[in-house]
Amino acid sequence: MATKKENIRNFSIIAHIDHGKSTLADRLLEKTESVAVRDMTEQLLDDMDLEKERGITIKAHAVKLNYKAKDGEEYELNLIDTPGHVDFNYEVSRSLAACEGAVLIVDASQGVEAQTLANTYLALDHDLEIVPVINKIDLPAADPERVAAEVEDVIGLECMNAPRVSAKTGENIESVLEKIVSDIPAPIDSDDSKPLRALVFDSVYDNYKGVIVYVRVVDGKIKAGDTMRMMATGAEFTVVDVGYMRATSMESAKELTSGEVGYITASIKTVGDARVGDTVTTAEYPASEPLPGYRKVNPMVFCGVYPADGADYENLREALEKLQLNDAALSFEPETSGALGFGFRCGFLGLLHLEIIQERLEREYDLDLVTTIPSVVYKIHLSDGTVLEIDNPTNYPDPAYIAYSEEPITKANIYAPNEYVGAIMDLCQERRGVFKDMTYVTPDRVDIAYELPLNEIIYDFFDVLKSRTKGYASFDYEIKGYERSDLVKLDVLLNGDGVDALSFIIHSDKAYGRARKIAEKLKEHIPRQMFEIPVQIAIGGKVIARETIKAMRKDVLAKCYGGDITRKKKLLEKQKEGKKRMRHFGTVEVPQEAFMAVLKLDE
Amino acid sequence: MLSFFGDIMKNIGLYIHIPFCKSKCPYCDFYSMRSDSVGYDDYTACVIESMESWSDQLGRKAETLYLGGGTPSLVGGKNIAFIVRRAKELFDVDGEITVECNPSAIEEDFFEMVAKAGVNRISLGMQSAVDSERRKLGRTADRDKVLKCINEARNAGIENITLDVMLGVPDQTTESLKETIDFCIETGVPHISAYMLKLEEGTYYYNYADKLNLPDEDETADMYNVLADELEKHGFVHYEISNFAKPGFEGKHNLKYWNAEEYLGIGPSAHSFIDGKRFYYPRDIEHFSFGKAPIDDGIGGDEEEYIMLRLRLNEGIVFEDYSKRYGKELPTEFLEKAIFFEKQGLMRVTDKQISLTREGFLLSNTIISELI
Repeated sequence: MATKKENIRNFSIIAHIDHGKSTLADRLLEKTESVAVRDMTEQLLDDMDLEKERGITIKAHAVKLNYKAKDGEEYELNLIDTPGHVDFNYEVSRSLAACEGAVLIVDASQGVEAQTLANTYLALDHDLEIVPVINKIDLPAADPERVAAEVEDVIGLECMNAPRVSAKTGENIESVLEKIVSDIPAPIDSDDSKPLRALVFDSVYDNYKGVIVYVRVVDGKIKAGDTMRMMATGAEFTVVDVGYMRATSMESAKELTSGEVGYITASIKTVGDARVGDTVTTAEYPASEPLPGYRKVNPMVFCGVYPADGADYENLREALEKLQLNDAALSFEPETSGALGFGFRCGFLGLLHLEIIQERLEREYDLDLVTTIPSVVYKIHLSDGTVLEIDNPTNYPDPAYIAYSEEPITKANIYAPNEYVGAIMDLCQERRGVFKDMTYVTPDRVDIAYELPLNEIIYDFFDVLKSRTKGYASFDYEIKGYERSDLVKLDVLLNGDGVDALSFIIHSDKAYGRARKIAEKLKEHIPRQMFEIPVQIAIGGKVIARETIKAMRKDVLAKCYGGDITRKKKLLEKQKEGKKRMRHFGTVEVPQEAFMAVLKLDE
Repeated sequence: MLSFFGDIMKNIGLYIHIPFCKSKCPYCDFYSMRSDSVGYDDYTACVIESMESWSDQLGRKAETLYLGGGTPSLVGGKNIAFIVRRAKELFDVDGEITVECNPSAIEEDFFEMVAKAGVNRISLGMQSAVDSERRKLGRTADRDKVLKCINEARNAGIENITLDVMLGVPDQTTESLKETIDFCIETGVPHISAYMLKLEEGTYYYNYADKLNLPDEDETADMYNVLADELEKHGFVHYEISNFAKPGFEGKHNLKYWNAEEYLGIGPSAHSFIDGKRFYYPRDIEHFSFGKAPIDDGIGGDEEEYIMLRLRLNEGIVFEDYSKRYGKELPTEFLEKAIFFEKQGLMRVTDKQISLTREGFLLSNTIISELI
């Protein structure tokens, strides 16, 4: 039974990380009795284990809530959840484009943070009505009035009447629902008679149904049996089912009409065929123009992913294929490394995305992995005019043929209490940042804008920023474009043999410092072996840093435990196993920790 | 030439584990306990009962008898004498009979009593001749007490005495080790066992390793070399990774382990190798004292095991013995690896045998795990 358009509200919840987005979503579900209390587990909308552990929402979800407001009317509230990390900015923007309004959560003790601002601006870009909510009023440090004033000052949103709530205790949650009904506009411009245009804001692969496409119908309507057409790719599918997402189930419907949010299934094999941002129309009554804003998301960060045990290569491929069904932003292709054997070059939106995929591979598919140092995509202009896009140091051309190189640059905003300005600027300077702007958003908080090379922020920038600002700074970035840069490739040699998996591309100013650190780290993490091992870091043929791992002196089991030969034998076998798990480079054995240590140089 | 190498002895080695200690040394993970639940006399009775049953079952003779622990001397000379006498009756023990003693737990006429019963070798858990080092190892007896034990044993007619020395213990330096070595040499004992401290999980040392002022890997390796040099200078033969003996005083019981020969272990945590099978009593005194059967530990004595064990000996693997025992030659791959290690100065390869050098001993785990 379709709700009349005046009674539909489509909204997202936006917030800085940890300000309580998922908890509030849970309370809204509970309050509207969309979910029985017995089904209620913490943070229901985040259904991947990883999301629960990391406390962030990785992929968007949507849910339809029925709410009987104080005015006596029945409302259909469509809550569209959004991912909460810079790596997934594009997906956030598509979710917002599906809404008329957004609930902005601000932590009553922490106030406005970088992503509060970034997300608000993003929402304003989509002309959304913003409903501020002050959350966590139960905290001892809560100061809702100060925070409300801050929101008014910094963002310019009227906030004196904003609901003050505690999503944790459930206090005052109903006022949020009332605000949604009263402040967020209904999708009254929608027109059922026009050709179908539905915005894909998420798609999820399901083992039984194929891809479930989450859409916001802007114009027209769609029902089972229609031939749906993806306007960006031209792919067509016969619609099997349409309906609404409920908190714990899917509710089939006769049709989806304009203004509504719902799902479509059509035996689609991979999410790559129903990409976020694409427009769905029908072959029977096609729209002429797609909805604006589609772009294919491109991976920004690449690294080699190898099975620790070469026998797992096929399993790794299958696992990546399965993950890709559900993650159009993940790319991979086979590659071989002299050091690591057979593996895959994988592309990710950012480092968080990389870590999530890596963790899912290890946890859900029980794979033991070695990953190489992540790299961004460099553009290498050769003397003959050709331009190479290099995301793998192994493919770096002979410097003699290089005319010049370019690297990706980001526009970054760091938001922090002003006492950390010095520390932040030092860090950005170390990372080759170019200072752009600094604004005082409140008397004691600043927004610092820098241009930072992407390769300076993909490893550990956020971790270091957090530690130097005692966790107070927040950070947001977007890609600005490519700029000329003086790059070199660093090679690692162990006992004279190159280790391709440890090579990487770096700005020449950073080469010496980084080389010394790598050499030190390798010395620290490669156990002493039977022979002395020189560790050399070189640019081209020139060694710029060197350490020596001394030969092992002692590895002996002296005691005999009451004739317990078995124990001794087991120890030796374990040692033998341990050796197998190491990577062999010529005669040198390198444990996986050494790779990790080089990756996380600044810890 | 040491005649006992290479032969598969018909007579077994008999090991008796005495699991009692007055207190637990902070580095030790051997099975030991205070005698709160089982008394010394009761335990002695259990051992004798067990020996009787095994003797019935196996009908074998023993060449050597070794009472280890724990602290065997703690149960008293009378109990030790009981066990030794009964073992001689049941197993016809006619060779080396060793008792481990802790110098701080020796009664007045202990050596007299045990010597009369047939004990002819004493192993003294000295660990270090430097009192401050020894105290940190949980050993309360001072150096004079160690000397007194040696003299008493000799007065009782026991000349074959071995001293335990530990390397790489807290505060130890090559200088302080020299003091210990000098002490060993001055006493004139014919045998020294030198063990490197290994931090065993669950021990106090393991948990507080960073607070212990432990010598590092290089220093410990240096100590091993200093010790071996000094002892060799004074007529000791470095016949096994951690054992040094004047000719003729090699520890015959322990050699049975390294030769993959047969032995029977009685008492909780004691291991056995009989008729190709390995088995053991679990680390549980009740399991043993209730007379329950030992636990199967699979088949023993295969080629890998033999290689692993024999490479601990200075003599190493004698090709002829190997082929006699296994009816085949050492694999070519093994020899190739050995020649590789020889080039690194870690092994000796001749046309008769193959063995580790001293530097090879120090790296024996790495080398052996490469070889097998």
